[in-house]
Amino acid sequence: MVENAKPAATTQKTKSRLKRATIGDWVIVVIMVALIITCIFPILNVLATSFSAPSAIMRQEVTLIPRVEVDEMRPVQRVRELGDGTYETYTTYERHLSFPVGIRTEAYQDMFLDARFMRSMGWTAILTFVFTILALAMTVLCAYPLTYDQLKGRGIITVLLIFTMYFQAGIIPNFILFNRLNMLNNPSVLILPGLISVFLMIIMRKFFLGIPDSLKESAEMDGAGPLTVLVRIYLPLSTPALATLGLMYAVGRWNGFTDALMFMAHPDAAIWHPIQLLLFNILQGQQGVETVLDPGAAAGLAHSRSVQAAAIVMAMVPILCVYPWLQKYFVSGVTLGAVKG
Amino acid sequence: MEGRDFVVVKMKSGGGRTHPALRYLQRYWGLYAMLLLPIAFFVVFRYWPMINLLLAFKENNLILPVLEIPWAQPWRMYFADGSRVISLPAMANFERAINHPPFQTAFRNTIMFSILDLAVGFPAPIILALLLNELKFKKFKRITQTISYMPHFLSWIIISGMALRLFSPTVGTLNGLLESVQLFLGMEANPIPFLNSAPYWVGTVVFLGVWRSIGWNTIIYLAAITGVNPELYEAADMDGASRIRKMWHVTLPCIRPVIIVLFILAIGGMMGADFDRFVALRNPLVHSVSDVLPLYIWEWGIRQPLTGQAMATAVGLLQNSINLVILLAANYLVKFLGGQGLW
Repeated sequence: MVENAKPAATTQKTKSRLKRATIGDWVIVVIMVALIITCIFPILNVLATSFSAPSAIMRQEVTLIPRVEVDEMRPVQRVRELGDGTYETYTTYERHLSFPVGIRTEAYQDMFLDARFMRSMGWTAILTFVFTILALAMTVLCAYPLTYDQLKGRGIITVLLIFTMYFQAGIIPNFILFNRLNMLNNPSVLILPGLISVFLMIIMRKFFLGIPDSLKESAEMDGAGPLTVLVRIYLPLSTPALATLGLMYAVGRWNGFTDALMFMAHPDAAIWHPIQLLLFNILQGQQGVETVLDPGAAAGLAHSRSVQAAAIVMAMVPILCVYPWLQKYFVSGVTLGAVKG
Repeated sequence: MEGRDFVVVKMKSGGGRTHPALRYLQRYWGLYAMLLLPIAFFVVFRYWPMINLLLAFKENNLILPVLEIPWAQPWRMYFADGSRVISLPAMANFERAINHPPFQTAFRNTIMFSILDLAVGFPAPIILALLLNELKFKKFKRITQTISYMPHFLSWIIISGMALRLFSPTVGTLNGLLESVQLFLGMEANPIPFLNSAPYWVGTVVFLGVWRSIGWNTIIYLAAITGVNPELYEAADMDGASRIRKMWHVTLPCIRPVIIVLFILAIGGMMGADFDRFVALRNPLVHSVSDVLPLYIWEWGIRQPLTGQAMATAVGLLQNSINLVILLAANYLVKFLGGQGLW
C-alpha cells in the first residue's frame, strides 16, 4: 500500500493540473505546438529529402518520411486476339512503379566521394578548432586584466573597446587593410580579424567578477602574480563560461562564410573555403535554373536535389550534435551578458 | 584600493623604500603583459581600418596607400534658381553614390526590410515570452524553448537551402501540400512563388528572419520576467485581474527597461541589413527588392573596385554613421524621458 501511494499521488497531481488548466492554457499549448512544428518541420523535411529517391522528390511526395521508388518488373496476365477470332492469355512483364517508405543513401555516398566537399568539411573542422582556441585565449587575456581595479587606464581602455561594438570601419576599409597585410586569399583572414568579440569579452569579464575576491587576495598574500592567479584560480573556476564562449565562437566560425566570400575571391584560394561557402555555391548553381518555372529543367536536377539535401544535412550535423550542450550554456551566457553594469 | 596597496607594500618589500610606481609595476606588470596582444588586436583590426575610412573623401585609386591619395572633388549643390552654390569639400563620392540608381534601390530596400523586421520581428519574441511565461506545463515549456532556440544556430546558407526545398514552385514540399489541398477542393493547382516573385520574396524573407530569431530573443525577456516581484501578481490577483490584464499591467511594465534597451539596439541597426541573409536568399528574379546596402558595398567596393571602391567606402561610412547617430539619439531620448538607456 505504501509503495503504491507515491505514483498515485503524482498522477493525482498531474490530473489536477490538467483539470485546473483553462481554455486559455490550451490555446497557448496549441500555439506552442504550432511553433514547435514550424521549427522542426524544415529540418525533418530536408533530412527526409536527403534519404529519398530523386523521383519521389520530383513528385513532391517527400514531406517527413523518406520515400524510395521501387522499380520492378511484375508479371501481368494479358489477353491477345489471334487472327481467327480466338483469344489466348499470355504472361508479360511490365514495369511497375510504387513509392513506399524506405531509405536511399546514394546522395550521401556521392557526398562522401566528393573530394572537394569532404576536404572542405575537414578543413572547416580544423579551422573552427584553431579559431576557437585562439579566440578563447585572446578573450581571456583581454577580459581578465580588466577585472582589476588596480589597472591604470582601465576606464579608457573599456570605452575604446565598447566603442568598437557600436561603430566599425566597415567592409571596404577592412578589405584595404587585409590587402595591405597580405591577408587576402590567405586562411589567416578567416581567423585573425574575429578573435575577440567585445560582447563575449564582457560576458567573460562579468563571470570573472563573480568569483569571490577573497580567493584572489589570499593567493596574492602568498606572493602569486596576476598570471598565476588567472591560471591557478580563475580559469579552473570558469569552465562553464569558457564552454559557453567556446561554443559561441565555434558556432560562429562553423556557420560563417561572409569573410571567405568577400576576402577569398581568388580561384586559387578556393581550397581554403569553409563548408558554408561551398554549400552556398552548390545551392547557387541550382538557383538560376530553379527559378525558371520549367519542370523539365527541374527534372534533370532531380538527383542533385537529394545531393543538395545531403550537403545541407552534413553542414548542419556538427551544430545539431553540440546543440544539447550549447543550449544549456548559451542561455546562462546570454542572461549574463544582458545584465547591465 | 588603498587598503590593498598597504598589504602589498608590507608583504612584498617589507616596508623598504622602493618608489611606489616601481612597486606597482613589480606587482602588476603581468596585467599589462596580458593586455598586450588584445590591445594589438584592437589597434590593428578595429582602429587601423578607421584610417582607411578617409578613402570616402578621396579619389578612387587602387594603387596608392589611402593617405597618399589626393582628396576628392567637392560636392556642389546648386539652388534651383542657380543663384547660390553650396560646396561641401571632398564629398564627391557621396554625391556620386546618392545619384547612383543602384544605391537608391539598396537604400530603399534596406529601410524597407528594417521597418518590416522591426514591426514584425521586434514584438514577436516579447509576445512569445509572455505566452511561455503563462505556460502551466513546465516540462512542455522547457521542450518548447529548447526547440525554438534551434533555428538561431543554423546558418543562413542552410536556411536558404531548406527554404528552397520547401518553397520551390516545382518540387517544393509546401507547394506540393498546397497542390493536393487545392486539388482536393476541386480548385486548379496553383503554386505560390514564395521565392520567385518580389512581394512574396519580401514576405518570405521577413518570415524567415522572425523564424530564426524569435525563440532565441525570448531568452532575455524570460530572464527579465523571472525578476518580476511575485507580490505584484498576488496584489493583482486580489483585485481580480484577469490573466491578460496581469500581462499588460504587471509583466509588461516590469520588463519595460529591457524592452527599451533592445529597442534602442534594434533601431541602431536600422541601416545595416544582415549580409548573410540577403546573399543567401536572393535570386535573379527578385533583384529589385533583394539588393540591400551591404550587397551594394560588396558589389561596388570589392567586385568592381575600379569604378566604385571610394564610393562604396563613402556608402559604408554613411551607413555606420547613420546607425551610430540613431543609436545615440534614441538613447538620449530615452534618458531624457526618464528611462534607463544603454549606459
